Amino acid sequence: MNSLLEQIRKGKLWDFHGGIHPEEHKQLSSQTSLLEAGLPPLLVLPLKQHIGSPAELCVQVGDRVLTGQPLTAPSSPMQVPIHASSSGTVVAIEEHTVAHPSGLSEPCILIQTDGQDSWRPRDPWPDYAERGNDELLARIHQAGIAGLGGAGFPTDIKLKGAQAYAQREPLPLLIVNGCECEPYITADDRLMRDEAAAIVEGITLLQQILRPQLTLIAIEDNKPEAIAAIRAQVKNAHTLVKVLPTKYPSGGERQLIEILTGRQVPSGKPPSEMGILVQNVGTLYAIRQAVVEDEPLIRRVVTLTGDRLAQPGNAWVRLGTSVRWLMQRFGLDPEPGQRVIMGGPMMGFTLPHADVPVVKTSNCLLAPSQRSLPSRDEEINCIRCGQCAEACPASLLPQQLYWYSKAGELDTAEQYRLFDCIECGACAWVCPSNIPLVQYYRQAKSQLRNQRQEQAQAERAKQRFADKQQRLEEERLERDRRMQAANEARRAQLKDAGGEDPVAAALARIKAKQAAQAVPTVAEDPIAAAVARAKAKKAAREAEAPEVTPAATADDALANPEASPASEAPAADPRQAAVAAAIARAKAKKAAREADAPEVTPAATTDDAPANPEASPASEAPAADPRQAAVAAAIARAKAKKAAREADAPEVTPAATADDAPANPEASPAAEAPAADPRQAAVTAAIARAKAKKAAREAAADNSAPPVPPSSKESD
Amino acid sequence: MSHFLVVILLFALLALVFGLILGYAAIRFKVEADPIVDQIDALLPQTQCGQCGYPGCRPYAEAVANGDAINKCVPGGEPTINKIADLLGVEPPQGEGPVAAPVKKVAFIHEDRCIGCTKCIQACPVDAIVGAAKLMHTILRQECTGCDLCVDPCPTNCIEMIELPQTPDTWQWELARIPVKVVDKHE
Amino acid sequence: MAFSLAISPHSHSQQTTGRLMRLVLLALLPGLITQWFLFGWGVIFQLLLCGATALATEALVLRLRQRPLTPLFDSSALLTASLLAVALPPLAPWYVAVIGSAFAILVAKQLYGGLGQNPFNPAMVAYVLLLVSFPGDMTGWLPAPGLAEFSVALPDAASAIFTGFTPDGYSVHQLKLAADGTTMATPLDTLKTGLKQGHALADIQAGPTFSHWAGAGWQWINLAYLMGGLFLVATGTIAWQIPVGLLLGLGGAASLAWGLAPDHFALPTLDLFSGATMLGAFFIATDPVTAATTVRGRLIYGLLIGLLVFLIRHFGGYPDGMAFAVLLANIGVPLLDKLTRPKAYGEVR
Repeated sequence: MNSLLEQIRKGKLWDFHGGIHPEEHKQLSSQTSLLEAGLPPLLVLPLKQHIGSPAELCVQVGDRVLTGQPLTAPSSPMQVPIHASSSGTVVAIEEHTVAHPSGLSEPCILIQTDGQDSWRPRDPWPDYAERGNDELLARIHQAGIAGLGGAGFPTDIKLKGAQAYAQREPLPLLIVNGCECEPYITADDRLMRDEAAAIVEGITLLQQILRPQLTLIAIEDNKPEAIAAIRAQVKNAHTLVKVLPTKYPSGGERQLIEILTGRQVPSGKPPSEMGILVQNVGTLYAIRQAVVEDEPLIRRVVTLTGDRLAQPGNAWVRLGTSVRWLMQRFGLDPEPGQRVIMGGPMMGFTLPHADVPVVKTSNCLLAPSQRSLPSRDEEINCIRCGQCAEACPASLLPQQLYWYSKAGELDTAEQYRLFDCIECGACAWVCPSNIPLVQYYRQAKSQLRNQRQEQAQAERAKQRFADKQQRLEEERLERDRRMQAANEARRAQLKDAGGEDPVAAALARIKAKQAAQAVPTVAEDPIAAAVARAKAKKAAREAEAPEVTPAATADDALANPEASPASEAPAADPRQAAVAAAIARAKAKKAAREADAPEVTPAATTDDAPANPEASPASEAPAADPRQAAVAAAIARAKAKKAAREADAPEVTPAATADDAPANPEASPAAEAPAADPRQAAVTAAIARAKAKKAAREAAADNSAPPVPPSSKESD
Repeated sequence: MSHFLVVILLFALLALVFGLILGYAAIRFKVEADPIVDQIDALLPQTQCGQCGYPGCRPYAEAVANGDAINKCVPGGEPTINKIADLLGVEPPQGEGPVAAPVKKVAFIHEDRCIGCTKCIQACPVDAIVGAAKLMHTILRQECTGCDLCVDPCPTNCIEMIELPQTPDTWQWELARIPVKVVDKHE
Repeated sequence: MAFSLAISPHSHSQQTTGRLMRLVLLALLPGLITQWFLFGWGVIFQLLLCGATALATEALVLRLRQRPLTPLFDSSALLTASLLAVALPPLAPWYVAVIGSAFAILVAKQLYGGLGQNPFNPAMVAYVLLLVSFPGDMTGWLPAPGLAEFSVALPDAASAIFTGFTPDGYSVHQLKLAADGTTMATPLDTLKTGLKQGHALADIQAGPTFSHWAGAGWQWINLAYLMGGLFLVATGTIAWQIPVGLLLGLGGAASLAWGLAPDHFALPTLDLFSGATMLGAFFIATDPVTAATTVRGRLIYGLLIGLLVFLIRHFGGYPDGMAFAVLLANIGVPLLDKLTRPKAYGEVR
């Protein structure tokens, strides 16, 4: 490495494979110095503006926020906070179109600015030289800085990677990327010209944290003014300004490393593994602002260019500013079929409409005319000319990747190193057949990623399924074991007691158990009772004569008071009575259904009345549960109400509610008001709804027109 | 007589040599064959939905290995059938069974209607539903395989299968479907 | 404000397939003019015949396949036709040209799916078809000027191609006769026949069909194609690896053979500047569709063709072997491409 550094110091430059020389069009926007885009009335801040996951929201709608105030709080390194770009009020937190090629929406915070731009209290650190590394890195993270060059990778993670290397051995190289190789974009160029001192201070800061052996500032030779401005500020023997020949994509991180060192970063590994850290000049400026001025990342330089703009140039734009506002401000004169590209002409994406916010990674807004950037002609057959392979800066075979991606042979495409493609677009630029090669790769890549995710998910599902099976099996064994143990214990006990015939005793016990079981299992749950009732109702409904419905509901009303009085008996359990009644009713319904004649229904319901008292004594349950009684009463009430509603005759309602009145006092004080237990009522209603739906489904199966379930109104 | 012996000896020697070669090859180049059941299981979507009539994906894989029809996997749809057909070297059956690539869905509990009956929890083959008796349940979206099994047991019909919304992360660059020269949407 | 959508890159080099094809056609001109100068109007007629047939066939097939007719204007059919035309003997009968170019477009190109889909060079497929179907018509070249008994003027060529006789009643066979009344053959043919008959190499080369370093007349044709080819390499239209590989392969094998057995093998210059060497090296083997696409693959592809040409010329049944060599190498292209995949950036193998 040392001999390499020596070679670099001596001015040796290498080259990367391929590359292209598209027309630059940089003059269009590089002639005027940086200006302020101003404060828009509304800021739209996507929660996620970087690679990783969004941080936790820490403001609410209606909150007043100050400039620089964090809106989200990170809880892990891959989470990067966002900040209010200006003071104002949070008016909404909702899905909004974000700066993404898909034009899809993601959660955003909408801030109505107040025009004051009043800052939160700031804590500038002009004395950063005395601060510790951890302090500085924390500040950089808290400032929400993510690679401003375009990728949006969280800067502090990158720094920590390099720092980890620097702790093992001295970090050989810090590379400052000022190449800006994409045509049209001049944001970095202009920043270097106008803010060279701040950028160099940012470099000093990083040098303080990482102590690199050598720092290289790489600038393409088409930016002589920027080179001069930076050179004037660099007063350090370990910091060199490297002037590179202009070639696209020399600004790509890996390509830049190859130009400057002649070495390639191993595929899939970060450059920090080689002891190299690359940072974009814009990021360095942001780092300096965050540390020295305590200004989090709330604005960035955006190149506004293209020959459909009246005043192309570079401007400081608050993050969250809408493209619409900027386009008006810079005088977009749209032509038919106007494209607005976020990013450069090589890697940028078109925006579907103007209501898209500028985010941390938006370096350029390009509004070209058809004349300057003609629309792509129709794709024709590949003639295998191989110019794409000559242009590819990653030494791939774009043509093979294209065939395999197109044919869906994704595995083979991957063997051809699909994931080493940096999507620079050089192949598609040279393609004489106008094939949108990169598009094929992007689709293949996302398909592969999805496939992989699905596979992982299937694997997890398999595991979870096996786990569940195992758990169930263990539970079963455990149950068996317990039962056996209990049996044995009982047998032993009996033996001890002696005298009695154990078999006869067991039989008797079983009988007793069976008798008891019928009640406790069913009665345990008021819901079950409700289910029974609902079933009965359904049966009635299934009779399908609309005029029967009132009768059936009347039946409910009838049944209820009968159940309720049972609770009056001190020893009797109202709950059990209700259950028994329900069962009896259900039986009756079944009989009725079997008869299948609608006129039978009333008869069956009348049957209920005598059945009830018979059922009640059968249940000799221990103590009455006042709460359960209340629940039952509430359910009954709800039923009655519903019945009344379903009958749809207003005059019935008073009757039903009247019905309630006697039920209430009988129930324990727990049920104070008809509305006492709305949850239970809701449950019953839900069950009834479910049943009704099922009935409807069955009816539909019978090819009759599906009757509208009476409950559908309530469910809404 | 002697050349009879020679011939016999020669052949015996040859047999010995070839036998040794074969024996060596059998050990040296032994193929640790991935049992066919594992291979089939790997192709199945692991939704454990049981719609094939078997309790889970692996039992169905075993059944296929034993000659059951390969077109019973509903969540896998046609792509899975084709893959199994490829693997087993058979023709994919035509015109019956599940067809078309299914849309990936997950279960969703309408919480206002959930009564906390735990029936869906018991039905879920991959434990993707959390909740307790009489408490509201919810679906672990990342774990849900979209198998549908929880929908029917629900007494209140509160479970719905919903399509996952597309996000920028799951977007697959379908932009190419849009012709480059779109209809002029310019105002 | 709604905007149009497009996919990146939004910028393009504005290079088109049609333009590439036309550049190749342009580069053919010097060779074509030399051939016209040496062998008369026949080559022009062949060009017109082949071009018209190829375009008509392409239009017909596209119509049958219900495809748009735009590929007609990419000049690829015209290029195929031109390559076939310059490879045909100038006075080959009209049906030879028609059958050849129709076959090239219909079978060798469109049946595989049109431009870019064909595994074999269409012009060479057609050439080989004609060679085995019409051996007599396909091997007889006119003598170089100065050697011929008769000179062929424009009406003679037209008449000979369409009727088999000149207006003066001479048959094509007669036109091919040399000044001494013997049947005239190409230098490579002469060499092959001579050696087979047991003549000494020096005696054969002393004959009129040879200049002192290559075949008479043919060296100028080859030089002209070399010139056009260098133009193509300079403009980046073709990959330099294929011609370099081919010439290295052929020249290397020829030099080796000449060094080992100077009595049986002529100077390497004869191989390099006779027959279809330069046309093949710069115009036929470089057809991108059927050639290898990786850098190393192209070099090997070129070497392979060069070697095959040498073998066929000196040990095979045909005096020249460019068409066969190219087709044989075409077979190996997918394998070559697969084996020569370059190391990607950062790839660890």
